[in-house]
Amino acid sequence: MSWERDGHVWISPQTGARWVPTIGLEVHAQLSTKTKLFCGCEVSFGAPPNTHTCPVCTGQPGALPVLNEAVLELAVRAALALGADVARETHFDRKNYFYCDLPKNFQTSQYDHPFCSGGGIELSSGVFVRLNRIHMEEDAGKTMHTEAGSLVDLNRAGVPLIESVTEADLSSPEDAYEYLTRFREILQFAGVSTADMEKGELRCDVNVSVRPEGEEGLRTKVEVKNLNSFRHVQSSLEHEIPRQVAAYEAEGAGAVVQETRLWDPDREETRTMRVKEGESDYRYFPCPDLPELHLTEELIESQRALLPELPKERRARYQSELGLSEYDAGVLTGSRATADYFEEAAERSGDPKATANWVSNELLRALGAGEVKAASLAELSFRPSDLSLVIQKAASGELHSKGARELVRECLRTGEGVEETIQSLGLDEVIDDSQLEAWCEEALEANPRVRDEVLAGNAKALGACIGPVMKASGGKADPKRITEVLKGLIEGSS
Amino acid sequence: MNAPFEGLDATGLRDAICAGQRGVRETTAACLDAIEASQDTLGAFLTIERESALARAEELERSDAEPGPLHGVPVAIKANLCWEGHETNCASRLLEGWRAPYSATSVERLLAAGAVPVGVTNMDEFAMGSSGENSAFGPARNPWDTTRIPGGSSSGSAVAVAARLVPLALGSDTGGSVRQPAALCGVYGYKPTYGRVSRYGLVAFGSSLDQVSPFVTSARDLALCMSVIGGHDPRDSTSLELDAPSAALRGEVALTGLKVGVPKEHFPPELDKGTRAACEAALARLEERGCELVEVSLPHASYAIPTYYVVATAEASSNLARFDGVAYGQRVDGDGSLNSMFAATRAAGFGDEVKRRILIGTYALSAGYQDEWYGRATRARTLLRRDYEAAFERCDVIAAPTSPTVAFPLGERTEDPVSMYLADILTVSASLAGLPAVSAPAGFAAPADDPTKSLPVGLQLTGPHACDERVIEVAGLLESTSDDHLKTPSGGAA
Ligand SMILES: [Zn+2]
Repeated sequence: MSWERDGHVWISPQTGARWVPTIGLEVHAQLSTKTKLFCGCEVSFGAPPNTHTCPVCTGQPGALPVLNEAVLELAVRAALALGADVARETHFDRKNYFYCDLPKNFQTSQYDHPFCSGGGIELSSGVFVRLNRIHMEEDAGKTMHTEAGSLVDLNRAGVPLIESVTEADLSSPEDAYEYLTRFREILQFAGVSTADMEKGELRCDVNVSVRPEGEEGLRTKVEVKNLNSFRHVQSSLEHEIPRQVAAYEAEGAGAVVQETRLWDPDREETRTMRVKEGESDYRYFPCPDLPELHLTEELIESQRALLPELPKERRARYQSELGLSEYDAGVLTGSRATADYFEEAAERSGDPKATANWVSNELLRALGAGEVKAASLAELSFRPSDLSLVIQKAASGELHSKGARELVRECLRTGEGVEETIQSLGLDEVIDDSQLEAWCEEALEANPRVRDEVLAGNAKALGACIGPVMKASGGKADPKRITEVLKGLIEGSS
Repeated sequence: MNAPFEGLDATGLRDAICAGQRGVRETTAACLDAIEASQDTLGAFLTIERESALARAEELERSDAEPGPLHGVPVAIKANLCWEGHETNCASRLLEGWRAPYSATSVERLLAAGAVPVGVTNMDEFAMGSSGENSAFGPARNPWDTTRIPGGSSSGSAVAVAARLVPLALGSDTGGSVRQPAALCGVYGYKPTYGRVSRYGLVAFGSSLDQVSPFVTSARDLALCMSVIGGHDPRDSTSLELDAPSAALRGEVALTGLKVGVPKEHFPPELDKGTRAACEAALARLEERGCELVEVSLPHASYAIPTYYVVATAEASSNLARFDGVAYGQRVDGDGSLNSMFAATRAAGFGDEVKRRILIGTYALSAGYQDEWYGRATRARTLLRRDYEAAFERCDVIAAPTSPTVAFPLGERTEDPVSMYLADILTVSASLAGLPAVSAPAGFAAPADDPTKSLPVGLQLTGPHACDERVIEVAGLLESTSDDHLKTPSGGAA
């Protein structure tokens, strides 16, 4: 059954009633520190199980936590990037609950004095999504259920996270998707998290309720978990909202219970994980092993100084100062690595538009197609200086456009430098005009109709001859020059 | 019994070894023999580490390195201090067989100073108790009268030193667990300022109260031991940024003019007559030597016991959550679910007193009750701290009995937890305030139940925050007024 939507209003296909969803997000982001929150173990991804552990992060009796100061720095920078207020006095609390991948059976987290509050993100619709709070906490380990029993990997235990909680200011699946996109890019640009969802560096839970349009107050909210991508967040909401509406319409008030549901991306549905019986009692209390934290002006200002220009500002500047389209500006600010690469290359080449085209049409395309082994432009051996060199050579006519593209692709493929690749591809060989004329004459003789059609006013007919000449030249001839020579031969003979 | 080191204290023994009068192996072997011979009557040790002790003694004898401050001195370690490779079971079935994968900072420092650990001592399970009777492996007995308790929770370490089986043993003091057994066994027991000795590797009971604390037979050994185990440790975030106290009694505190505060609240009407008389006699000796006795008041002293039992049990309920059968210790499978394994493991592994305290602490932290219990206790703690600050404006140290009674018979209070908790009534205040306090031998008294016997009494000397040297110095001055500290029990080895 398809659901009609009118802005944020969902129209029930059964009754025609108008329903409005209210959505809040809880996002956990891993801070990009070298070591864990309370011990010296390296933060790793994909290492063999339990190889990055020590007495502290495995919760051995007697072991004690020592705060990694780098976590504070990144957490403060993240708060500033999100426009939040940093508390001067804060502390860690213990959140007590039993689970097999939580070695101490308490999580060191923050409760009533999180290190920051406020802030938020403005969506393209103009809606400002307020952040309620951000706090620091340690990650748990990972449980793998196998035939041999449940196995626990503690490599991730103690990895530093920030958990941010929005107010219920979102009102559509698209809002949620956009919020997460903006949130991630802010963390990435601020250099506080690589926020790679596939590596579990960004995790999101959704809270959603629905109510009839115009109804006062909120109805029961449901938490949806197991959302491994922004798409999943959006899809799960697209299914959970109608589910709740249908339940209310079929069974009336009370049909939706407070519970946690899991998103099953294969079956495209949410299903009950556990029903909440009252509030969980985590028996929070200040962690007696860690002193109170005093976040100094010095710390806060030093992090403010490290804040780069954020994506929203960069997009605006690319349009107003560099004359790029909104679309290009969006593509180029898709990640900090892309934006930084683009800006350096544009600065060197002096031609932002050409640079934008090269970055989005060639480099990002090659990256997306998996033609180069790199996670981002930052890892390319083909540096911004290389790209600007190619752009300058193309502008000066030293390279023709087809050759330039071939050159860039070859550089990406081999990792060789620009000048060496020009030589190895023979792009520096000058084809003399008499040779080119000879090939053009051959081509015209092989396609006699071309001459007549061109003379009849159809200049496009020349195309049939360009290919054979390119082939004869081994791809080194400049198509523009071939066209000129062909035209000259036809006009000269008429 | 044999006298393994002829009544020498640690300083004297080290000097004799360094002067070539005794060998390290000979001393170690004599110690081990005496311990083995004492086990049936005293039960001070859970494990006797003959092999590793003799190997270490031989290594020390062969070494050309400069002898350390505890060169060749046999020491005993309480079973809640991690000692790498050795069973650190906290006298609990739950941790039976668990060998610590690392060493506590205090143990490492003893080893670095040349000490020879000979075994692991008995205790109340997880340091919860005041008599030693909560050990899962049977109680240790008081060497002055083996039908009586030695005090607790550091029962075995107190007995080992009192019986002159070792000149130095480590214990831990949370609410009096070293001072009280030291008083009841007639030796020195010293609880340093909170943060003066690293807690790293001490299996946590009440994290904001726990301190690694030594037992010795002379005031000079207190100074020597503190100079070895004291001092900042970056692995413990609650460790004070102070150097270790100095190694020798400097004699800088003169008795003449020293103001000794006598808090009337710590001489309550229910104090045993004999204990009162012995303490008053000790105070009179100080006065004769030129001290000025001043009456001081700790008006909130009556809050100390309830405050202590809320704070310590709340912290314990969280600290002991990690003993769940997942990563270490004994596991009891339940019905196949994770929660039933946790429950079965803890039900089988913990003794009654540990369960009782976990339940009290869990309750004290529960939502809806937390402010009434944990919150009020935290506020009362501040009041107690202020009491001491005010008192120390009028005096240099505070003197009072360590224990309201001398050693009581085994079994007398096991059915009445509250009467057992009252054994700590005079020691918990200094713990809550984080202050340095020593129990020093102060004569003998008959127990209320048997006027024919004569059992040790301890005088507790408490100093201002971080004034550990002063407390030790005053203990040294008191020592010079009598030979109480030289008397040894017939049940001992000397
Ligand atoms: Zn670790």
